[in-house]
Amino acid sequence: MLSIKCLPVSAQRLAKVASSSGLASSAGRRNFSSTHIRQADITLTVDGKEVTVPQGSALIQACEAAGATIPRFCYHDRLAIAGNCRMCLVEVEKSPKPVASCAMPAMPGSKVFTNTPLVHEAREGVMEFLLANHPLDCPICDQGGECDLQDQSMRYGSDRTRFHEITGKRAVEDKDLGPLVKTVMTRCIQCTRCVRFANEVAGVEELGTTGRGNDLQIGMYVEKTMDSELSGNVIDLCPVGALTSKPYAFHARPWELKNTESVDVMDAVGSNIRVDSRGIQVMRIQPRTNDDVNEEWINDKTRFAYDGLKFQRLTTPLMKQGDRFVPASWEDSLKAIADGLSSSGAKGNEIKAVAGHLADTESLVALKDLVNRLGSDNLALDQVNGDKLPVHGVDVRSNYLFNSKIPGVEEADAILLIGTNPRHEAAVLNSRIRKSWLHTGLEVGLVGERADTTYGYDYIGPDMKSLANFVAGKGAFVDKFKAAKKPMIIVGSGVNEHPDGAAVFNSLSKYVEANKAKLLTPDWNGLNILQRVASRPAAYDIGFVPSKKASATKPKFIYLLNADELDPKSIPKDAFVVYQGHHGDLGAQLADVCLPAAAYTEKGTTWVNTEGRTQLGRAAVPPPGASREDWKIIRALSEIVGTPLPYDDVLSLRDRMWEISPSLVRYDVTERTSAEIASLGLKTAAVLSGSTKISGAPFVKAIANFYQTDPISRASVTMAQCTRAFTRGENYGLSESQKASEAAFA
Amino acid sequence: MFTAGIVGRRLAHNRVTQTRRSISRSIPRLSEAIFNHRDTPYNNPKIPFEFSAENLKRAKEIISRYPPQYKKAAVIPLLDLGQRQNKGWTSISVMNYVAKVLEMPPMRVYEVATFYTMFNREPIGEHFVQVCTTTPCMLRGSTEILNTVCEHLGNIKPGETTKDGKFTVIEVECQGACSNAPMFAVGDDFYEDLTPESTKKVLDAFSEGQKPKPGPQSGRHTSENSAGLTALTEKPYGPGQHCTEEFR
Ligand code: SF4
Ligand code: FES
Ligand code: FES
Repeated sequence: MLSIKCLPVSAQRLAKVASSSGLASSAGRRNFSSTHIRQADITLTVDGKEVTVPQGSALIQACEAAGATIPRFCYHDRLAIAGNCRMCLVEVEKSPKPVASCAMPAMPGSKVFTNTPLVHEAREGVMEFLLANHPLDCPICDQGGECDLQDQSMRYGSDRTRFHEITGKRAVEDKDLGPLVKTVMTRCIQCTRCVRFANEVAGVEELGTTGRGNDLQIGMYVEKTMDSELSGNVIDLCPVGALTSKPYAFHARPWELKNTESVDVMDAVGSNIRVDSRGIQVMRIQPRTNDDVNEEWINDKTRFAYDGLKFQRLTTPLMKQGDRFVPASWEDSLKAIADGLSSSGAKGNEIKAVAGHLADTESLVALKDLVNRLGSDNLALDQVNGDKLPVHGVDVRSNYLFNSKIPGVEEADAILLIGTNPRHEAAVLNSRIRKSWLHTGLEVGLVGERADTTYGYDYIGPDMKSLANFVAGKGAFVDKFKAAKKPMIIVGSGVNEHPDGAAVFNSLSKYVEANKAKLLTPDWNGLNILQRVASRPAAYDIGFVPSKKASATKPKFIYLLNADELDPKSIPKDAFVVYQGHHGDLGAQLADVCLPAAAYTEKGTTWVNTEGRTQLGRAAVPPPGASREDWKIIRALSEIVGTPLPYDDVLSLRDRMWEISPSLVRYDVTERTSAEIASLGLKTAAVLSGSTKISGAPFVKAIANFYQTDPISRASVTMAQCTRAFTRGENYGLSESQKASEAAFA
Repeated sequence: MFTAGIVGRRLAHNRVTQTRRSISRSIPRLSEAIFNHRDTPYNNPKIPFEFSAENLKRAKEIISRYPPQYKKAAVIPLLDLGQRQNKGWTSISVMNYVAKVLEMPPMRVYEVATFYTMFNREPIGEHFVQVCTTTPCMLRGSTEILNTVCEHLGNIKPGETTKDGKFTVIEVECQGACSNAPMFAVGDDFYEDLTPESTKKVLDAFSEGQKPKPGPQSGRHTSENSAGLTALTEKPYGPGQHCTEEFR
């Protein structure tokens, strides 16, 4: 197990990339590229049943297709095949020995048996070997109850041991992988799933196997933490209790947990998650498989920020008296808001609503309706330039969505990143780019701040000028992009907040128009906007943006819905401020009245991800204390301010959403904008962002600290530890030398 | 807690042994080598390492044997080159340097270096004595040879280095010289057909700074029968001996 599918590219490519790439040294780590070949189907017999599978599939897949369960440890359909656990042995006719079905290609006409005495005996033998060096400490192991080794030894193992080695069992030193992953390496069965994941998917090429034979162990050889925003996934991959979750350690057993299928809101990918709760507490968050969105992975913020749901919560309405907040009843606080609204004298556009990162679609709709009913169009988003109309406009969906869709990343053969670091803005999506970069001839170019993206890229330049050069056809990357069959442009959401944002969209819309033949065809829309905030696509969908007139008005009454990123100076001194949200973060400090609301694990609401995919989050636990679901608070308030909203339950509210845009209630699907409309949209974008001067300021990363981007992750202890260990690189009790490892190269 | 204390004491009265029982666990079997790197003053990434001009030339030649996209195939010969230049052991700096030369992630080099036992990841003495103790050698008395070596070098144990840093002794598996068992290798040279006496002689020669003649120490030629030849004893005929006149 020395190297895992890590064949480098051809020399020519190497030279080419090395000259211009941002990650020159990683260029040699790519696999040989090949295009996908459609294979013919073959037919074989498994346990007397005929199955037809594509040629080149592994025998284990054929067995599965025939409905035979094959036990396994090292095989995983999303990772390279290693074939080192031998648990998947099956009998193949005319083969003298049992064969490892994961490493054996299915052959036409072969006869496979998965349920014969030979197979049983083989499995039992393998199990015995695996258990020989396993500590068998299930009672104190966090994996207990969801451990592949435990389950499979019950099902396939022998009922007694023959292990009487007086020299004892193998003992392996634990590794320190950082604040997220706990290791008990003696339990490791060397399946190398974690190594393959780290190298192939996460792009941390520092995890590997050291030693040999019985002494083989998993680790980094030198002391360092596993610095990846996808590291938590090795916990799910590890079939035993060698890698477990540190924050969750010894907190619960799987059978005590209630599972709720929901959607993540830490970024705009909309990863499918399963919230595991016990009583009123979220105990952990795990990924759910969705091939179109997050495959089987989630990032570490999604997985570990849940402890932030316990701290800094607003549990009761608060009213400001002097310089402190005093608890109040719902009735009093809503009245106080109504009074504040009238005493502030806010009329029309002086009533302003700001929608923050974690606002759900239902409450956005309700708030927009309420504010509109009060005669205002002043709807702002909680971002830089959020109180202006976005430069791309919001009339055509394709102007602000990820139009190629997330799986489309794997079809693209050239990607141009503009002002974005997908690794931090959409970590799971970034792993798809890496996958494609590793296995196909994908070319990546970057305009913006340099970043460690886990794949090599051609660096085009830092600012709008370099993009203009690219559009004008200058530079090395232009030819690669021109040569691509399915080119893709990914514009970061930070560009919208940048002074040159208008210019970017202006020139891009013209560029796409000019290269329509490739970038905008009936089945491929190559211009993508990568949103990084969960609420944003929905906000654009429902038109939660100000009119030109409104954005010029100085507000007297401000309603902050989950808005915690704003600049306190942007709020006029004499304005009456209401904050509705779940955490006592920045927004709450500015408020005159705070209304406690539910966090995403506590309400069943709609979320729209960056592709425009509508998904339903579900409530796993009740909201704490007196807090209520967001849209209900707004509904109640509307009653008190005298303009009741016309919906009393969530179903009629969703009917209202359907009226606004049917896509908001068509769950789990994405809808393509037709090429004609998309091109119309581009024209409006070009008009909107008409004659703009270029300031030439460089694009900066939209996310400075991946681990703390919203009130939940800012309240999380785990995320604070990650910030220390990874973002600030404070050494996490490790030796100093790694920081200086480059010195050895000198 | 209070009642528990009383119960505990009573029990202690009755059965002292039972309350004294500690948690039991099985014996851990520790591996011989450590497969993790620990920074030490003599081995840390800050210590610079680079190929000498001559070795760099060799390295380039080695790399050129492989297709450029398989540059990393040169990792083993390059590590060996590094080890030779670095006084016989592969420090973390050697590994990092090789990784850099071959443009591969350092971990891939660590994997190779920890896999092969002939890469010494700890410093060794000037003369690296590798005593074979695999079955053929053992049958021919390698245990005695090993003991002699250890005693003669000042009662060190296999795996240790003498105080003066001249010798390191380790036990190794078969070196492929079984026909001349027992044997040991010092550096790159084999000393075969050893007896305790010749062992001492070889070691003494080394410690005096000479280089004893490698090969069988019993005087026999390579692995010929030590009791004299029993077949093919006559002088081999020269070329053309049995040919007709014109071909002589
Ligand atoms: S740590 Fe877990 S995933 Fe990694 S090799 Fe060991 S058993 Fe497999
Ligand atoms: S699953 Fe086939 S060898 Fe591990
Ligand atoms: S057994 Fe010692 S050389 Fe082969």
